[in-house]
Amino acid sequence: MPDRPDLLPRLGAFARLLHDAGLEAGPRRLTDATRALTFIDIKKEADFRSALRTAFVSRKDDIATFEAAFDIFWAPPNPRAAAGVLPGRARSLPLSPERALAWSNALGLNSSQMNRQQETSVVPATSSGYSAQELLRHKDFEAMTWQETEQVRRLLEQAPWRVAERRTRRLRAARSGTIDLRRTARHAIRSSGELVRLFRRRPRLRRRPLVLVCDVSGSMERYSRLLMIFAHAIARREDLEAFVFSTRLTRITRLLRQRDLDRALASVSKGVHDFSGGTRIGDALADFNRHWARRVLGHGAVVIIISDGWDRGDPSQLTSELIHLRRSAHRLIWLNPLLGSKGYEPLTRGMVAALPYCDDFLAAHNVQALDDLGRLLAGLDRRSARR
Amino acid sequence: MTAPASIDDVERRLRERRYIGDRGLATSIFLALKLEKPLFIEGEAGVGKTEAAKVMADVLGARLIRLQCYEGIDLAHAVYEWNYPRQLLHIRLLGEGEDRRTAEREIFSSEFLLRRPLLDAIDNDDPTPPVLLIDEIDRSDEEFEAFLLELLSDFQVSIPEIGTIKAKHPPLVVITSNRTREVHDALKRRCLYHWIDYPDLEKEVEIVRARAPEAAEGLAREVAALVQGLRSMELYKVPGVAETLDWARSLAALGATRIDAALVDATLGAALKYQEDLERIREQVPALVEKARGA
Repeated sequence: MPDRPDLLPRLGAFARLLHDAGLEAGPRRLTDATRALTFIDIKKEADFRSALRTAFVSRKDDIATFEAAFDIFWAPPNPRAAAGVLPGRARSLPLSPERALAWSNALGLNSSQMNRQQETSVVPATSSGYSAQELLRHKDFEAMTWQETEQVRRLLEQAPWRVAERRTRRLRAARSGTIDLRRTARHAIRSSGELVRLFRRRPRLRRRPLVLVCDVSGSMERYSRLLMIFAHAIARREDLEAFVFSTRLTRITRLLRQRDLDRALASVSKGVHDFSGGTRIGDALADFNRHWARRVLGHGAVVIIISDGWDRGDPSQLTSELIHLRRSAHRLIWLNPLLGSKGYEPLTRGMVAALPYCDDFLAAHNVQALDDLGRLLAGLDRRSARR
Repeated sequence: MTAPASIDDVERRLRERRYIGDRGLATSIFLALKLEKPLFIEGEAGVGKTEAAKVMADVLGARLIRLQCYEGIDLAHAVYEWNYPRQLLHIRLLGEGEDRRTAEREIFSSEFLLRRPLLDAIDNDDPTPPVLLIDEIDRSDEEFEAFLLELLSDFQVSIPEIGTIKAKHPPLVVITSNRTREVHDALKRRCLYHWIDYPDLEKEVEIVRARAPEAAEGLAREVAALVQGLRSMELYKVPGVAETLDWARSLAALGATRIDAALVDATLGAALKYQEDLERIREQVPALVEKARGA
């Protein structure tokens, strides 16, 4: 463990490494960590580690990043040992390429374990009139050029709909509704205990959370980019949790929060390892039901699955997972891009297994279809009971 | 009781109170005490988050004040409320004139105030500051979180009719969350953080021995091993330590000293709470029991 004299500057540097790796390691945390170290025996590595963890980490998902950063940063200064497999774990840190390079130089590490360079493409903006937009609304995503996707992004961002509200248990003052005994009594006291006026209250409304579970397997490749643009556009204004899957499920909520679309898409494609792989919808939903449902399906969430239903998994598994999912969600909507093509019938094994358990089955092949979805979401009712 | 002097001291005191936690938790508790910061504890359901706060109060010889959160919780339920029925009665019993004006002052005094947990925790005269447990904060909403944020930064409450009440000795705050939604970063930033994981086999045996002493040693080990086995399977609801304890107690109550397939099958509901999980695991009970008995 570190010697005392250079501990403070090193702690500052460690906080910067955590910050670069995406943890919230601001001055307040650094102060806490510094103070924490004065109370413990820093020669005990486990305690030193726990003290920094309790000060710098504030969510479970960040623990792995913290541990990796700790191992890299506080490892014995032996470049040979540090270059290859790091003590304990061989995880790489989620750093941007330029930061990864800077850190590997600063810490004397081999940079190969850090991230590879990402090419970002810039789509030139072009102007378009109303009629062009109208055409674009009905154009299949599959047939779009890059310029057109850029226009679609704008269309989606300007889409007028918002997700419907639900009643919460919090009450607020209102003209009509149930009697607010507290305020009524309060007012009565001012008039010597006479009930002069009745106050009322009713439940406050809040937007329902949306949960998007999007298929990005090989068969959906043509639609993936636009659907990600769609997800990014909704993430900007709604309470959205987003997941993608092909062979396994990945949560992309945090990646989509970046304001800049290209950056968000780049981090999604970096964070998701099986873009355009095979499809196992049942497995993905099983994973979702077991590990995420409890965390993201509170407060009357609406779940949207986007997939063409080409499934290589077991249809009976898909059925049982959908039944479970439908019970935990306010509404289960399945979007299928193929539904827009002429003569399409939902006959794939996956789709046949899924159809009876979805509340809605809609197309998702062009902007118009996504707008229809928006109207459906805006019109959901406020009650908590659904069926 | 004196405050703990070291992490070892916290660990020892927790153990004396039959709370078997890991060293990381002891470190977080120790630092929360030393830095006088709230401790934010997260973990799956039934891993002993609430229990940690209770034991902590006991360790410090402090009073435990618990606020259970729920959707729609507001200041009237969390901080204070005037006792309106009493106020109304009081004011109607008095006539007009001078009497009434005095009465109006009287009814907004602390005698007519219903103190809720947060006010209780701030306005305390305890020799040792109390431990304030804000349980399952993820069930409350953003408005309440925002209020807590304010409360935790200056430990004071203002009541318009009485004035501002500031804590002489700020309570030690423990906040727990089951992660049914993400709690806002601003609130977490004010806290130290600890994630309680499921214990490993040896630790879980120790927990069962400490918390359910009626279960014989062999039974404790087998039940713990059984639950460890269940946790590695894909379940809708993974059993927590609370379930292990329930299960061990149920089996002990049935007079079991070891497990067998019939007993496990009959008591499976102590560990699994979803029909789908029960159905799936039922078929595999003999194999699971055999594996657990070998552990």
